[in-house]
Amino acid sequence: MVLPRSEMEFLQPESWAEALAVRAAYPEALPVAGGTDVMVELNFARRRPPALLDLGRVAGLADWGTEDGLLRLGAGVPYRRIVTELAGRAPGLAMAARTIGSAQIRNRGTVGGNLGSASPAGDALPPLLAAGALVELASVRGVRRVPVAGFCTGPKRSMLAPDELIAAVLLPPDAGPEQFAKVGTRNAMVIAVCSFALALRPVSRTVGTGIGSAAPTPVRAAAAEELLVAELPWADRAALPEPLVRRFGELVAAAASPIDDVRGTAAYRRHALGVLAGRAVRRAWAEHRRGGVRG
Amino acid sequence: MRIDCVVNGEPRRADDVWAGESLLHVLRERLGLPGAKNACEQGECGSCTVYLDGKPVCACLVPAGQARGREVVTVEGLGDGDLHPVQRAFIAAGAVQCGFCTPGLIVAVHDLLARTPSPAEEEIREALAGNLCRCTGYEKILTAVRLAAGREHES
Repeated sequence: MVLPRSEMEFLQPESWAEALAVRAAYPEALPVAGGTDVMVELNFARRRPPALLDLGRVAGLADWGTEDGLLRLGAGVPYRRIVTELAGRAPGLAMAARTIGSAQIRNRGTVGGNLGSASPAGDALPPLLAAGALVELASVRGVRRVPVAGFCTGPKRSMLAPDELIAAVLLPPDAGPEQFAKVGTRNAMVIAVCSFALALRPVSRTVGTGIGSAAPTPVRAAAAEELLVAELPWADRAALPEPLVRRFGELVAAAASPIDDVRGTAAYRRHALGVLAGRAVRRAWAEHRRGGVRG
Repeated sequence: MRIDCVVNGEPRRADDVWAGESLLHVLRERLGLPGAKNACEQGECGSCTVYLDGKPVCACLVPAGQARGREVVTVEGLGDGDLHPVQRAFIAAGAVQCGFCTPGLIVAVHDLLARTPSPAEEEIREALAGNLCRCTGYEKILTAVRLAAGREHES
């Protein structure tokens, strides 16, 4: 449905406190950061919110740093800066960020926007799931931190309350080997057919996973994580047994609930996820064997 | 609403801008700068690429209000009264056919060479991945980039 131009306000707070006050006063206003999702909706007249709430000038929203022993990534940090500044601290997220859109899109798009859109194909979401990230939500009522695993509640739906804004994501500070891989029709400018993220944490001997574009929301593959926790040769860093790789791929594929759509069939997505999972664990384990003590 | 910003080095003003309007629309329809092209309107094609505060962006995806007080440079602002060397390289290499993608590619190449004066082949391809051309098959565009980077002997 094409909607005509409508009365629309442009709300432009400059501080976080002001942004939260505006959000509370105008819960129907559509928050916009880099605009790479929101403006498509407006350009194609699919959406006519009564107001846009521009978060682009809010001081501090595009900062990152360490807080409470966690890496705190402001919701407004563009993907370009995640690639150039955080490849060491958040390797999986940085790998995913590099695959998003094009240079022009990465100069503008943000993790906060990816969460706000809550698309099952949001490329930043699987690595956040794998890393066990928290999402910091704020309103005039206060601040809450929720696991990213429960943040998306359905396609383009999230637990964000009408008066809340996404402030930041919080990641463990010492990432171990992490991987991200996605399937698309070309390298740039694709909506993922499916994607997979893996995080190994050798110190705690734990594993995180995230599956994108293959379920109504990004999902973890819990059984596949448990398999690696139990079976990876953590102690001697021995070579990865091929049957373990295969079984891991099968469990990742089984954790998805894909559909047939214009980008691919459910059967193809399941198959591709198994392949991506195998690649990811081979690469991450090879990195671990090369000897980092991170994680 | 009113938008005041600096475009190609000069203070510019647009009035009665709709809140949902893109920076691209303001540049083309209100400020008389039709260089950046309006094609896909969804960030896929790169034809509307301009600099916003020094970073190449798709102007179709920037809410005009976000450009308030910011600095915009369009393809019209790259040359210093004459064609920029990147533009001359596109002409010399025959990298222009219908020309619709050209302004966006010129800005993207301008940015690439400003950051990486001698880009490797892979760096060129990654930097231009967000700019679609439906005429040239890209080979002559790549030749133009090498030419502009002073690597014409490799073309």
